[in-house]
Amino acid sequence: MIRYITRRLLFAVPTLIAISFTIFALLDLAPSDPTGQLPLTIPPEVRAQIRESLGLDEPFPVRYAKWMRQFFVNEPLNLIERAFDVEIGDSDSRTRVISYATRSPVVDIIAERIPQTLWVIGLSYVVGILVALPIGIVSAYRQYSWFDQVGTFVSMVGFSVPTFFTGLLAIIVFSVMLEWLPSIYDTTHRVTDLGSFWVQIKQIFMPVMVLAFYNAAQLARFMRSSVLDNLNLDYVRTARAKGMRERTVLLVHVLRNSMIPVVTMIALGVPTIFGGAIITEQIFRVNGLGQLLIVAIQGADIPMVQTLTFLFAVLIVGFNLVADVIYGILDPRIRYD
Amino acid sequence: MTRDRAVCRRPALATALGATVLAGCGSDKVATDQSLASEAVENRHVNILYWQAVSTMNPYLSGGTKDVEAASLVIEPLANYDDRGEMVPVLAAEIPTRENGGVADDMTSITWTLKRDVVWADGTPFTARDVVFTGEYCLHKEIGCSADASFTDVQNFEALDDHTVRLTFSVAKPVPYGPFVGAITPIIQYEQFKDCTGIRAPECTAENFRPVGTGPFKVDEFRANDVVSFSANELFREPGKPWMKTVTLKGGGDAASSARAVLETGEYDYAWNLQVEPEILDRMLAAGKGEVVMGFGTNVERLVVNQTNADAGFGPERRSLLLEGTNPHPFLADPVVRRALSLAIDRRLLVEAGYGPSGRVTCNIVPAPPSYASTANEGCRKPDADEANRILDEAGWVPGADGVRSKGGIRLSILYQTSTNSVRQGTQALVKQMWQQIGVQTELRNIDGGVYFGSDPASPDTFQKFYADVQMYTSNFQSADPEFYMAAWVCEEAPGPDNQWLGTNVSRGCSAEFDGLAERLAATPYGDERFEIAKRMNDIVVQNHFLIPLVWRASTSARSKSLKGVRMNPWDSELWNIEDWHR
Repeated sequence: MIRYITRRLLFAVPTLIAISFTIFALLDLAPSDPTGQLPLTIPPEVRAQIRESLGLDEPFPVRYAKWMRQFFVNEPLNLIERAFDVEIGDSDSRTRVISYATRSPVVDIIAERIPQTLWVIGLSYVVGILVALPIGIVSAYRQYSWFDQVGTFVSMVGFSVPTFFTGLLAIIVFSVMLEWLPSIYDTTHRVTDLGSFWVQIKQIFMPVMVLAFYNAAQLARFMRSSVLDNLNLDYVRTARAKGMRERTVLLVHVLRNSMIPVVTMIALGVPTIFGGAIITEQIFRVNGLGQLLIVAIQGADIPMVQTLTFLFAVLIVGFNLVADVIYGILDPRIRYD
Repeated sequence: MTRDRAVCRRPALATALGATVLAGCGSDKVATDQSLASEAVENRHVNILYWQAVSTMNPYLSGGTKDVEAASLVIEPLANYDDRGEMVPVLAAEIPTRENGGVADDMTSITWTLKRDVVWADGTPFTARDVVFTGEYCLHKEIGCSADASFTDVQNFEALDDHTVRLTFSVAKPVPYGPFVGAITPIIQYEQFKDCTGIRAPECTAENFRPVGTGPFKVDEFRANDVVSFSANELFREPGKPWMKTVTLKGGGDAASSARAVLETGEYDYAWNLQVEPEILDRMLAAGKGEVVMGFGTNVERLVVNQTNADAGFGPERRSLLLEGTNPHPFLADPVVRRALSLAIDRRLLVEAGYGPSGRVTCNIVPAPPSYASTANEGCRKPDADEANRILDEAGWVPGADGVRSKGGIRLSILYQTSTNSVRQGTQALVKQMWQQIGVQTELRNIDGGVYFGSDPASPDTFQKFYADVQMYTSNFQSADPEFYMAAWVCEEAPGPDNQWLGTNVSRGCSAEFDGLAERLAATPYGDERFEIAKRMNDIVVQNHFLIPLVWRASTSARSKSLKGVRMNPWDSELWNIEDWHR
C-alpha cells in the first residue's frame, strides 16, 4: 500500500506541473485586463503604467518562471518561517505571490477565506450526506413505496433546479417575506456566547440548506441504486436464509457493500468544498474561496486565479488518491500491491 | 443594533432567543415603540453595501471607484467637491484662487494653506510634509499610480512652511485643481508610508490596508475583497463628529440583491451604485423600507460612431485606423447618415425602459455643470424618423428589396457593440428597431466588460480597437471641469498601433476647429470665455454626430429610511459627508 501511494504521489508531480502550465497559458491567452474595471476617467497612459508596475510587460516564460518560484519556493519558505518563527536566508527580498487587485499576498487572503468556506460549504456537504444516506437506503429497501416515490421526486427537483434559483427563492421567502433569516452573511461575526451562536446559525442556515439540498439529491439517488444492486445478490439471500434479522441484513451486510461506490463519490466530491459553491457564495455573500475566485476572474487578477485554480487541482489529484485508498480499505478484495 | 431591533419585531424568534431579549422588547405596542425610539438613538452603527468588494484602502494603488470611496472615510484630500460640484476645503484652510493670491497670475503655481491643528488618527500633527510626500509618492516612476493623471504637468511640490504647500506646473494651468482635490488624491501620512515608495509600495500590505488618516473613521479590520470595519476617529477635527460610531462596509454580490438588502429586507442602511431596471427597483421600493438617492453628475451613455473603416476584411494595418483621414468609413463618414441615425432615436423611450428616474434625455455630451452645458442641441429630444428618411432619400440612400438602404452597392448595415449588461442589451434592441424604421440594418454584439474596457492591445474586442461601426458606453469626467475630458477627442488621440491602441479619441472623428479650441481651452482661465469654448467643443462633437449622446445617467444608490444626512454626490466620493450621517 505504501509503495502504491508513493508511486501515485510521484506520478502526481508531472501532472500538476502540466496543469499549472496549462492554467497559466490559458489565463495569459485570455483577453482580460486588470485595469479593465477601472473608471474610464483614468486615461490609457496611466493604465499602461499600472500594467507595467504589475509586471505584465514581461514575456510569458519569465512571468511563469516567477510564479513557479514564488509559489513553490518562496511561499512554503514563508510558511515555515511563520510557523516556527525563524528566518531562512534573505526573507525580506523574497517576493511572494501578489494579487493584482489587492496588492497583497495571495496566500494570506486564501487563508483568511478558508474558514468561511469550510464552515458553510463543508457543513452543507455533511448535512447533505447525513440526509442522503438514510433516504437512499429506505428508498431502495421499500422500492416503489410512497416514500420512494416522494424521495425520487424531491431528489429530481433538487438535482435539476440550480442553486441560484433555490437560493434566490429561499431569500425571497425567508428574508423578504417572513423576515426570519438574514440574506447577507456576516463574515466578521464571532461566536462568543449562546446569543451570537444563534445568530451564526441563522445566517448560515440558508446557504447550508440550499447547498445540502443539491448535494443530498445527488447522493440519495446514488445510494438508492447502490443498495438496490446489492439487495438482489446471493449473499443477501444467504444471510436471510441463515435466519438473520432484516435489520442486520440491511444495515450490516448490504450497507457496508453498497457504501463502497458511495464513499468514493463522497471523497471525490471533497475538493468541490474548497472550490466553494461559487454561485451560492455569491448569492448569500459568503465571501469564501468561490467568491474570491469569481471576483479574481472578473478583475483579471491572474496571480489569484492561477494560485486558486492550482490549489484546486492539487486537491482533486489528492482526493482521487484518497478515494482509491479508501476503496481498498472498504473492499478487502482490492489490493494494490 | 439593527439585528436586535429586527428581533423585536418578530415575536416568534424573540421567544426562541429567551427571556433576556424579550424583556428588552416588551410585548405591548407602546413599549415596543419606546424601545424602537431609544434604539434609534443608540444605533450608531451604519451598514454599507458595495456590490464590488473593496480590494485595498490605498486608492493610489487601485483607482477602482469602490476602493477610492472606501478610503475616503479614512484619508482626505485638501479639498473635495460637494453635491453641487463646488469645491469645499477639507484639509485646506481655503480654496486658493487668483483673487486671494493662492493661484499665481501666470497660472503656473498654486499655493495651498493648510488647516492648523489637524492631527492624524495616531495623534501626530498633519503638516505640509505629508502633502509633499503624497505628491512624490504618486509621481514615483515605478509605482504605477492610478491618480497619475491628476498630477499632469506638475513640476515641483514644495513645503514653504509647516502649513503651506506650493505646487509648480510646467505650463500655465487655468484650472490648477487636479492634485489633492477630490477623493482620488487624498493625503497619506509621511510617517507611515515613508518606506513604501516606488517598487516597495505593493509590499506594504499593512499600510495599504490600514492607512492612518485624518478622516472621520479609522480602519479596525480589513478583509480584502470582503468587508471593512471602521470605528470613529476620536481625533477628528470637527468636534462631535462623526455621529456614527462604527461602520461596516461589506462587498460582493450584485446590484439587484444589494438594492434588496436595503429596500426590502432592511438589513443594510446604504447600498451603492444600483444599475437595476426601473420596474425591479419600483417593486422593491413598495416595501417602504428605504428610498433611492440620486445625483446627476456628468455620466452620459453615448453612441460612438466610427469614422474609420472597420471592415473585417482589412488587416490590423488598416482596420479602424484613421491613417490621416485616408481610411474613411464607407457610409458613416457621410454626415447625413450620422444625422439620420441620431434623428431616428427616441431617447425618452430608452430612458423609460432602462433607467426610469435615474436617467434623463440629453443632447449634450457635457450635460453639467450648468455653466458648461450647451443649449444649442435641444432638437434631439424629439425623434423624427420622417425627417431622417427624407434626408437619406435626398442623399441618394435608397431602400432595396429587403428595406435596407444602399447607395453605390454600399448597404447601411451596422455592427453595434457594447458591454454585457442587461440594461445595455435592452437599449441595443430598442435602437435596432428605431433604425430599422429608417432602413438601417443593425447587427448587435455584446462583449464582457472586463474584456471590452480592458486595454489589452492584442485583443480585438476592446472599445478602443473599435472593430465595429457603432458602440455604446458611459463615460464622464470627475472634477467639475471638462478640459481633460474633451481634450481626449482631438485628432491625434485616435487609437492606433503608434499609441498601442490607447488613444482616447475613440470615434476617430476629426475637426480642425475642435483641435484649435482644445488648445485655447487649456489656456483660458475660469470664466465666461472658458464656458463658451467648452460649449462650442461640445456642439462640434455632437452636431457632427461623432458621439451621439443618449442618456444622462445619475449616480444611484439606496438608503434606509432611518438613515439621515445622506447627500448624494456625483462629483466626488458618495460617502463624502459620512461624518454627518445620523438617524
